[in-house]
Amino acid sequence: MKSPEPDRGMPGQESKTHEEPISYGLYLLIWLSLIALTATTVAVAGINLAAFALVVALLIAVTKASLVVNYFMHIKFEDRIFKVFIGIAGFTIFVIYALTFSDVYFRR
Amino acid sequence: MSEITESNAEVLGHAHEEHAHRDDVGAKMGMWIFLLTELLLFTGLFLVYAVYRYYYTKEFHEAGMQTHILFGTVNTMVLLTSSLTMVLSIAAIQRGKKWLSATFLSSTILLGLAFLIIKYVEWSEEIAKGIYPGSPTLLAKSNGEVLFFGLYYTMTGLHAIHVIAGMTILIFMLVFILRNKITKDNYTKLENAGLYWHLVDIIWIFLFPLFYLIN
Repeated sequence: MKSPEPDRGMPGQESKTHEEPISYGLYLLIWLSLIALTATTVAVAGINLAAFALVVALLIAVTKASLVVNYFMHIKFEDRIFKVFIGIAGFTIFVIYALTFSDVYFRR
Repeated sequence: MSEITESNAEVLGHAHEEHAHRDDVGAKMGMWIFLLTELLLFTGLFLVYAVYRYYYTKEFHEAGMQTHILFGTVNTMVLLTSSLTMVLSIAAIQRGKKWLSATFLSSTILLGLAFLIIKYVEWSEEIAKGIYPGSPTLLAKSNGEVLFFGLYYTMTGLHAIHVIAGMTILIFMLVFILRNKITKDNYTKLENAGLYWHLVDIIWIFLFPLFYLIN
């Protein structure tokens, strides 16, 4: 697929000219990947991976979520500012988790 | 001089006619900020889950074995498919295909309903087994298991409320499409409603392995 350069430096731009409609086919492909990943994560859950089970399950979940965000939610084709938003939110959540777990882990 | 002014006025008038006081990028940005607050709401709950799972690893494991992997998997597929029909609905309206868009959007709403029905059956089965918050059966179990099921009902319940909210919004969008309020040239409302629907899908993508795939 094409990846139109996000046009920056045009604040207040109102038109949708930068939004070329994505083909039905690409959406279908993303959906197939999501279903395949779901099948994979269920299949993998049956195997005894001990401590890695959670890591693998979460990695697959993150992959699925990024497919949804990038394609279904269109972020891949959006202006850079949207990516900055999501980056800041993601970093904030990371900090919240890191601080909490450093507390939980060292408390004993 | 007068010529320029005239053409300017024409351009301005034309622009005004096409999208009066519209800022599609701004609307979408506002939606995203709202979505991030929703994300933070669920982050708090996921954090509670993570900490208790760390403290009660064995109990969470035991309790996790009791949730129905089949219900969870089918519901994941249902939600992912509803997300597909959602984007297809937007793709159709972008191409000016009103009825195709309405059909896809209706499918999304119906798949949302299917998700809730499956959830209802699943919860009914668990409640029939005596597992619900505060039940004697549950309180007889270990602390970790009580916490697991407390979080299970809270998080999937809050998620289900979001599904209901999403469906309500989508029903409004369907009416807008049918009344030509959402058209080929003006579909930001539909896009923003879609963003909300996808967020609900993403939250489920994380709930699924954490509550159903513990083996």
